Amino acid sequence: MSLEDEVRALGTQYPQSRSAVLPALRLAQERYGWLPPEAFREVAGGLDLTPAYCQAVASFYDMYHLKPIGRHLVEVCTNISCGLVGAQAVLEAFEAELGIHPGETTEDGGVTLRTIECAGGCGWGTVVSVDHRYREPVKPEHVPAIVEELRSAD
Amino acid sequence: MPIEAIVLGGADERDLTQLSEYRAVGGYDALTKARAMEPDAVVEEILTSNLRGRGGAFFATGRKASFIPKPGQNPNPVYLTVNADESEPGTFKDREIMLRVPHRLIEGCLITAHAIASTNVFIYLRGEYLDCFEVVRAALEEVHGEGLLGGVTIVVHRGAGAYICGEETALLESLEGKRGQPRSKPPFPAISGLYASPTLINNVETIATVPPIIQRGGAWYAGLGVENSTGTRVFSLSGNVVRGGNYELPLGTSLFELVYDHGGGIPEDRKLKAIIPGGSSVPVLGADEIHRRLDYDSMAEAGTMLGSGAVIVIDERCCMVQLGLRVAQFYMHESCGKCTPCREGTRWMVQLLHKLEDGRASQGELDLLLDVCDRILGKCLCPLGDAAAMPIASYVDKFREEFQEHIDAGRCPFGGESSLEGLFAPVDQHTHDPVAQVPA
Repeated sequence: MSLEDEVRALGTQYPQSRSAVLPALRLAQERYGWLPPEAFREVAGGLDLTPAYCQAVASFYDMYHLKPIGRHLVEVCTNISCGLVGAQAVLEAFEAELGIHPGETTEDGGVTLRTIECAGGCGWGTVVSVDHRYREPVKPEHVPAIVEELRSAD
Repeated sequence: MPIEAIVLGGADERDLTQLSEYRAVGGYDALTKARAMEPDAVVEEILTSNLRGRGGAFFATGRKASFIPKPGQNPNPVYLTVNADESEPGTFKDREIMLRVPHRLIEGCLITAHAIASTNVFIYLRGEYLDCFEVVRAALEEVHGEGLLGGVTIVVHRGAGAYICGEETALLESLEGKRGQPRSKPPFPAISGLYASPTLINNVETIATVPPIIQRGGAWYAGLGVENSTGTRVFSLSGNVVRGGNYELPLGTSLFELVYDHGGGIPEDRKLKAIIPGGSSVPVLGADEIHRRLDYDSMAEAGTMLGSGAVIVIDERCCMVQLGLRVAQFYMHESCGKCTPCREGTRWMVQLLHKLEDGRASQGELDLLLDVCDRILGKCLCPLGDAAAMPIASYVDKFREEFQEHIDAGRCPFGGESSLEGLFAPVDQHTHDPVAQVPA
């Protein structure tokens, strides 16, 4: 089944097919790794919308990537609960281990590092989301092993 | 007497994610009971319980349900939407409820759907909660297999990272496939909500409290907790505390009991400086207010709110200007941009707090900060603006000397030793469009 057909099927879950924009964009992103122009064309095609509309929706939400990211995504929560228990040190450990700053991707395209707002694991900070799975709590000393794990997964 | 958990009850002893285990503790008996009752009688039972919304607004749950038009009064279908977009900083209770007692949430959905004559339920789940999505979906499959849905469809709809979608009308916009920008009210969702149809929106914890209320009676529930704040609450405890986590306790429990008896106090016996009692959007309390009780009236008396039940403990190492800056940055990032006081005001607050923290602010700019807060409060389309202005104004109010020191000394008095040191400008690091560069 083409992506456009899969998107069309998602639309039938809702009283109005436009409601499926968010899940459809997620599906497209899983397919491409990010949201390139063709993803917007296919999502729009499956839901009878315009690509511009779909792009406007996607740009509102933090979880959609409008530019390519690495094969792995490391997201460090730096909101106050995690911040109070050392999120900055965890972030700096990732920066040192990966040799990049938040918002950047390693040269080999392996890992993108970024910060996120409260992830909802505040009692077990610092929360780090690795490829959308939470690790909690993460301390700076855990960071080398996490990075090694990602490198060996490739 | 041990404290009885209502919402999370039984989850310590059994794996309640399994339908058979949930049934073994009487699960879905309340649904059978409710379906044998008239819908109005179910609403009446919830009214009797005095249950109030656990998302943060604390609105009477039974009253909210009673606003939904009765069959025949409105030509459109009625929708039930569960707000599972838990994103208030410090809050992680709904996540635990979904992970550990998904069937109680589903049973609550089915009972509430019966009460308002709805056959369409949407659970709007925050996008990051992948684990919750998997657990709730698996539970739904079991329920479907056992034929318990009774003609009701429940769709788990995942968000995609936007705090504002926890605001009920922004949630509806998002669920309709739009940018999550709040609507102006009225009309209220009870009359014109999802697809312009009557819609009841309840928080996860609220809905998961409904089965025990139906099973054991509204009067029983009303006897728990304190007046105006009946029942239990799942408090999310975080920050500088030994045992962070969720604790389900009767409303009216003191902050001291939560932080010291349950949470084990502050690590290394450091001194308590401040407590945020209901998520980052509520006014802060000083260390001398640790004996305040966690209920609606006691918090109002202290000039703050119970909010989402997220208690954040702050020890003496934290610079309150830095805290204010980090909180303001969050709201600036999450402002949807639809109304001016919030869009411009949050940005302005961040700029002023940056100057204060760096020791570059004048006396007039501290006054200006409070003035900006004042010009946001009560003047925005939705509560997000207030959520930014209230805490910042309270930090200045309660810790004015510390703000003043930044101005007088021309630098942060913590000299690089604050627990939040360096945690700034994160907004540049996680914008909607990450500046990720992948070599060709």
